[in-house]
Amino acid sequence: MLSIKNLHASIGDKEILKGINLEVKAGEVHAIMGPNGAGKSTLASIVAGNENYDVTSGEIILDGEDLSELAPEERAHKGVFLSFQYPVEIPGVSVTNFIRTAINETRKANGQDEMPANEMLKVIREKSELLEIDRKFLSRSLNEGFSGGEKKRNEIFQMAMLEPKIAILDETDSGLDIDALRIVANGVNKLKSDKNAVVVITHYQRLLDYIVPDYVHVLLNGKIVKSGDASLALELEEKGYDWIKQEQEA
Amino acid sequence: MSKYTEDDLKIELETKEYEYGFYTELEADTFPIGLNEDIVRAISLRKEEPQWMTDWRIEAFRAWQEMTEPEWANVHYAKPDFQAISYYSAPKAVDPNKTLDDVDPELLEMYKKLGISVDEQKMMNNVAMDIVVDSVSVATTFKKTLGEKGIIFMSISEAIKEHPELVRKYLGTVVPQKDNFYAALNSAVFSDGSFCYIPKGVRCPMELSTYFRINQAGTGQFERTLLVADAGSYVSYLEGCTAPSRDENQLHAAVVELIALEDAEIKYSTVQNWYPGNKEGKGGVYNFVTKRGICENNAKISWTQVETGSAVTWKYPSVILKGDNSVGEFYSIAVTNNFQQADTGTKMIHLGKNTKSTIISKGISAGRSQNSYRGLVQISPRAENARNFSQCDSLLMGNNCGAHTFPYIESKNPSAKIEHEATTSKIGEDQVFYCNQRGIPTEKAIALIVNGFSKDVLNKLPMEFAVEAQKLLEISLEGSVG
Repeated sequence: MLSIKNLHASIGDKEILKGINLEVKAGEVHAIMGPNGAGKSTLASIVAGNENYDVTSGEIILDGEDLSELAPEERAHKGVFLSFQYPVEIPGVSVTNFIRTAINETRKANGQDEMPANEMLKVIREKSELLEIDRKFLSRSLNEGFSGGEKKRNEIFQMAMLEPKIAILDETDSGLDIDALRIVANGVNKLKSDKNAVVVITHYQRLLDYIVPDYVHVLLNGKIVKSGDASLALELEEKGYDWIKQEQEA
Repeated sequence: MSKYTEDDLKIELETKEYEYGFYTELEADTFPIGLNEDIVRAISLRKEEPQWMTDWRIEAFRAWQEMTEPEWANVHYAKPDFQAISYYSAPKAVDPNKTLDDVDPELLEMYKKLGISVDEQKMMNNVAMDIVVDSVSVATTFKKTLGEKGIIFMSISEAIKEHPELVRKYLGTVVPQKDNFYAALNSAVFSDGSFCYIPKGVRCPMELSTYFRINQAGTGQFERTLLVADAGSYVSYLEGCTAPSRDENQLHAAVVELIALEDAEIKYSTVQNWYPGNKEGKGGVYNFVTKRGICENNAKISWTQVETGSAVTWKYPSVILKGDNSVGEFYSIAVTNNFQQADTGTKMIHLGKNTKSTIISKGISAGRSQNSYRGLVQISPRAENARNFSQCDSLLMGNNCGAHTFPYIESKNPSAKIEHEATTSKIGEDQVFYCNQRGIPTEKAIALIVNGFSKDVLNKLPMEFAVEAQKLLEISLEGSVG
């Protein structure tokens, strides 16, 4: 489904990604772990099409199509979703209005008619129940005055509404207390199918107790230096990253 | 006119030829350029006005001659040459050979985006209507409904003839002839405008909008509006149109006076979308407007405005809170793009006890434009327990525009409570990227953010207007990112 080949990217003179290779197949969950500054969030931003970074070489391919030349919204229309680490506030625009606009713009781009209002309401109700979101929450301004947990839950709510092919969750666990973490993780698990895939970016094992990955990758200094199954995450939890660094240097 | 014969026509043409040296019928209804007392008299004569009206105009003209153009506003432009303007032009006749195909396709495209009906498009471009009967009957139905309630709603020229006692009693009572340079000019030469009177205790059963729009074509550059809401009455009045109008007149100096008698309420909403000039800042309308209302006891006046057009805007819809417990409100969205300049805001003059005012101003600047809020809150010594709340928010797009806030507060009563909040923000790249990531293209994202920013004011507009205004904001800011 998603295939990243030898991806190099920099911001200004600084090279941040130094040849990333990653294959994600439909139905899989991948976790990308690594210390601060390793390039995890950069990778997520670049896949989503953030133009602040220069992609110097490499390819990002979704279902056989190279995304490199596509604008962020075009990637979204093709099924790329990024759950932001720091979701932005848009004052005066309600959660409902925002998601309605997002869905209808996506449908328009894909040659479909707008979603009828009653269907929209029905889907919103279903998905908000899935994530245990209070109805009042939906009429508040997007992310304005939201707690950390509310912001992340809102991100996953949008993911549930948009039903992407590939969802990248950038530190969705940060700022969540244990109850919120469970709700968010349950939501993600329920949305998982054999037709989509999830890439989870995290520092900690904690989230992976709930969203169990098929593969775990360690990103260090702009490269994936080690890959394994879920047990690798446990090993990292126990031993930290230093032993991998030493392995690299050896 | 029923006995108008060919001979009369011949005489008229000869006279005109003599007077002004014009031959064609079309040109015969336009005065030569320049302004002097004779021109003012000629306007009054042409409009068949009574003597008191002529005298009133002359008085205004003499005052105007002694005045100088104000320069305190934060706008820069080449001053109009007042002797290079023609001060009277009869409304253009419908051209029977013209069709919508003759209209600028760019303009038609904009109409389409705004959802302006074909009939209205024709109206605004002096194209003959196919379904004339329809629009006439709509107007007639309105007239009948209003007439049953005793509501007077007509052009001010008609009102001067048909209801001289009302016009004479109220004209110039809120905006005196000598109020300011442009008001004086308007008082001397006003071409036409609207008059509205709501009798005691009557609630006007409709927004005075559709009717107005249908009858709006060709109001001219010196518009005069007088609206009187008698005791206990209510009216919601909509002025202007979201459709862009390519007016050839560069200078517009309108005056609007509102009078809300005891317990009356007036809601006055404006959408202004005159030609703002091209992307290089060439051309565009100068809009120098004086709008003011007065409230008697327990009365309320709300001004709501969406200003997206004109090259230069100078406009401060104000309320004099004369009566005790009266309420004044000002809700404004002002958008400037490219090289537009706007200096707009309000004055709330608290004279009565327990008077309240609310000001919410949203300024959006893009391109190389300059957008200023200028407001005065004045509490007189007798205005016990006066309250004011002001909020001025500015939204900037890009690095070349400016937002300025000039709030003046003068309180002469220690019991007054005045609050002022102001914010300035910029549309962030991160906000746009966030929207993009959810599948929302940049132009749409900007529109969404701007509409969110303006929501408090958009909500104050009557429903039908709000939807159009929302689209208008999007169109006004098109091409401002990238």
